[in-house]
Amino acid sequence: MTNPTASSPVGSLPPDLSGAVASTSDASSRGIEAPRAPRRRVRTGSNFEMYSWLFMRLSGIVLVVLVLGHLLIMNVLDGGVHRINWGFVAGRWASPFWQIWDLAMLWLAELHGANGLRVIINDYSRRPGTRFWLQVLLAVSVVLTVGLGSFVIFTFDPSMGS
Amino acid sequence: MTTSLVDESRAGGGAELPPIPDGAVMLTVNIQRFNPETDDAPHMESYRVPAQPGDRLLNVLHYIKWYIDGSLVFRRSCAHGVCGSDAMRINGRNRLACKILVKDLLGSNNKAEVTVEPIKGLPLLKDLIVNMEPFFDAYRAVKPFLIAHGNEPSKERIQSQTDRARFDDTTKCILCAACTTSCPVYWAEDAYVGPAAIVNAHRFIFDSRDDAADDRLEILSDSEGVWRCRTTFNCTDVCPRGIQVTKAIQEVKRALMFRRV
Repeated sequence: MTNPTASSPVGSLPPDLSGAVASTSDASSRGIEAPRAPRRRVRTGSNFEMYSWLFMRLSGIVLVVLVLGHLLIMNVLDGGVHRINWGFVAGRWASPFWQIWDLAMLWLAELHGANGLRVIINDYSRRPGTRFWLQVLLAVSVVLTVGLGSFVIFTFDPSMGS
Repeated sequence: MTTSLVDESRAGGGAELPPIPDGAVMLTVNIQRFNPETDDAPHMESYRVPAQPGDRLLNVLHYIKWYIDGSLVFRRSCAHGVCGSDAMRINGRNRLACKILVKDLLGSNNKAEVTVEPIKGLPLLKDLIVNMEPFFDAYRAVKPFLIAHGNEPSKERIQSQTDRARFDDTTKCILCAACTTSCPVYWAEDAYVGPAAIVNAHRFIFDSRDDAADDRLEILSDSEGVWRCRTTFNCTDVCPRGIQVTKAIQEVKRALMFRRV
């Protein structure tokens, strides 16, 4: 690979000047790389798309467990959906385990779904303006949903309304 | 009896029709036609062609161009599945017209009808010809050539059979664009580099003699790079060379994730 700085080859200079050039510049400026030059490392730019791709896979795996467990508890086990009332919810959220379970489910499902929508918007919106505003709308909805959900899980008071 | 069903005035083209061979079936060929000088939008036209089951679809197209309607245009060069010029959408699937046989298009119910359209996702120029420049721009972007740093060896660059086998599959690409133009992500977003460019990057990324894997991985980790792939396998289905395109893309993703080739 030639060095881009070697734009003026030495051969085109008058003979009396070529020696001066050689003495004032190192070998690389003449397009000759030093023997066994170490391999150039490329700076790693933004890897956002890779992490987003990875997040979809990992959050998907975790969500399978969280959501199936949630469905089982809410709809199947021990009388299923018929026993769900204020007291049942209050009882579960009294335990930090279920608080964390529901919080993880909320965050992962919201971000997983939003990231999927982000990709779909990127694919199908034709004009940059449409894309931008759809993404803004999506971001606002994510902040609202995640914010409100987290707020409820953390501040839930069983004695509320009584 | 062979005439164009649509435009009798253009039929006949002047050439004398060749004799219809024994065992020929009358094939109805629906072709998407578009003349940018006269048409606002593409439209379909039908032709009736006597074809033998062993004929390639390219023979059928030649018959139409030479004996029925000389204004039909399509690309073809070697006609033997090597140059990759005549990729087109045949019965909805990207195929090389020179590799697909009439008997494979007749189907189980022997319905003698075939639909031919240009490949999708690239600007349509005329009839079956599309502008391939965006496709080759993406190809050029991944630097599809050997880049080696350090001193040139005085003999050939030695490579073990195991190292050669790693990228053997992706050396087969003939740049016909069948894979890229079958990709729904490419239809929706033509900034995506597309499967063909990734295949040709793969060919050099996994080559032990090449030193610029980092450069190419950097290009492919871009927002229009490999992470746009949704693994729909359309590309693998249509590749006329049988390249495992999706597998190659996944290998590039893995190389990016673990920063190791």
